[in-house]
Amino acid sequence: MPSEPLFWQRFDIFGRDFVDAGKASISIKGILREIGIHPSLIRRAAIASYEAEMNVVLYASKGTMELRVTPKDIRVMVEDEGPGIPDIELAMREGYSTASDEIREMGFGAGMGLSNIKKNADDFIIRSLVGKGTTLEITFRL
Amino acid sequence: MGEYFHSVRVVPERCIGRMACLKVCPTEAIRVRHGKAEILEDRCIDCGECARACRHSAIIPQTSSFTEFSEFKYTVGLVSPVLYGQFRKDVLPSTILAGVRKIGFDDACDVACASEAVSAAIDEHLASYRGPLPLLSPFCPTIVRLIQARYPSLIDLLIPIDSPMEIAAREVRNKKMKELGLRRDEIGVIYLTPCPAKMVSIKYPLRKRVSHIDGAIAISDIYHSLLSAMGEVNSSAHEVEEPVKGMGLGWPVLGGQVSALQAESSLAVGGLGDVERILDEIERGKLGDIQFVECHACAQGCCGGSLTVGDPYVTRGTILSLVARLGKAPCADREKIRELYQKRYFSLPGKIPSRPFAPLDKDIGKAIEKRKRIQETHEGLPQINCGACGAPTCLSFAEDVVLERARLGDCPVLTARQARTAADSSPDLDGASQVLTL
Repeated sequence: MPSEPLFWQRFDIFGRDFVDAGKASISIKGILREIGIHPSLIRRAAIASYEAEMNVVLYASKGTMELRVTPKDIRVMVEDEGPGIPDIELAMREGYSTASDEIREMGFGAGMGLSNIKKNADDFIIRSLVGKGTTLEITFRL
Repeated sequence: MGEYFHSVRVVPERCIGRMACLKVCPTEAIRVRHGKAEILEDRCIDCGECARACRHSAIIPQTSSFTEFSEFKYTVGLVSPVLYGQFRKDVLPSTILAGVRKIGFDDACDVACASEAVSAAIDEHLASYRGPLPLLSPFCPTIVRLIQARYPSLIDLLIPIDSPMEIAAREVRNKKMKELGLRRDEIGVIYLTPCPAKMVSIKYPLRKRVSHIDGAIAISDIYHSLLSAMGEVNSSAHEVEEPVKGMGLGWPVLGGQVSALQAESSLAVGGLGDVERILDEIERGKLGDIQFVECHACAQGCCGGSLTVGDPYVTRGTILSLVARLGKAPCADREKIRELYQKRYFSLPGKIPSRPFAPLDKDIGKAIEKRKRIQETHEGLPQINCGACGAPTCLSFAEDVVLERARLGDCPVLTARQARTAADSSPDLDGASQVLTL
């Protein structure tokens, strides 16, 4: 049986790197355009991957974001080495944030990131280990 | 895909393959094949950067020439306020209009006043609008094309108000028809344009209607004759006419649209890279606290149009000094504009269609396969983006290889490396290969 077409690419994300922050999700948007994904789905994937990318930049020391595209779905997988999230349920609430004043002054940390990912995704799995890091698996069905 | 009209075209006989155009194209639409530049039609967004970069006039704007208008009984030169910034600070707009009447146009019509009216109409629109924000200025045809191609979800944010040049053209044509008893098609209204992109909006206006303008002549094409004609302008002859004034004079500079507005939260952005960054932000749902974004493909706004002659910074200075002297006196009556706005005088009906760049394949599975092969091909390339193959980057070259627009052997760096490896591994050529690798 021929294997299913699959495109994947991994991007490195560095904590506190505000110069390159957002570039991985911009690349993802470009790739999805080239493949010819519907614009409204591209927009959702771009928003969710941007929020996920910014979470790594804002809170973790480093991480990776992997894009996987098949004719059935688009998957964005994020893995970071960071503080982890003690109470995921609480963190998922709109407006809940542990962001420092410094982060808030830059216009981030409004506590909308994770809920925004969930809102835009068809499936969203989040796992976290305090002191180790967080992994996200965000799925969009075609 | 070949049905697009574009602002520029390549003249192959003049192209000597120096590739100045290759890297300036923001959408990677240029390829140089067999020593000649080609434009990938469906990727071009009409910014004109390639024409600006070419030193050999091998990429030329698709503007009009005077001879095209000989059939009109009466011609009006529609003057973009950019033209006022192409002369010394002390040259008044009215003198420039008088000059335009001497170089072959029966009359000249200022657009700055219509710009002020359009600003007031935008204010009215913003005041009554209740949808998602920010709204975007729709007056740079290249930006509109960019949004159609890459940001289709933002199309509805483009303000449905007609451009000052169209409003001015409509008004002057109606006035001349009445005054002279001429038919609509006997009058030619010709825009003196700072950039080739305006020609696209004249030939193929969006929202499926006909332009009120019959053609566009490059400011750079008339500048010389205008300069000498203006020397002959009798300084007393044009003093009788209505002076050009109002905030619309500032429209050509970056921020000019914004400063003519009453809206409190707006921003102005120029240059395609910066515009894309802002559009990415808006697409993510950010910047919702801003009402209006003025966006230009050119970093300096229309002052930096590729068909102007003045340095964009000097032009900016000249325009700003005109605004300081003549801008405060309004030329449009706000009450009247409000009334006209409510009668939908400025409105553009219809919807702007999206026009995405062609995907790698219509079949999504094949497109994914192709994107994967592009990635793999790219990994094997030198990734120095030298452009010697005729594609602007190694990634665009990889795409060309996968789409069979180029062969891997077209990469001279890869070919040289392979030749060297072959020489290294050949015992007979040991001596020669040592010389080569030195």
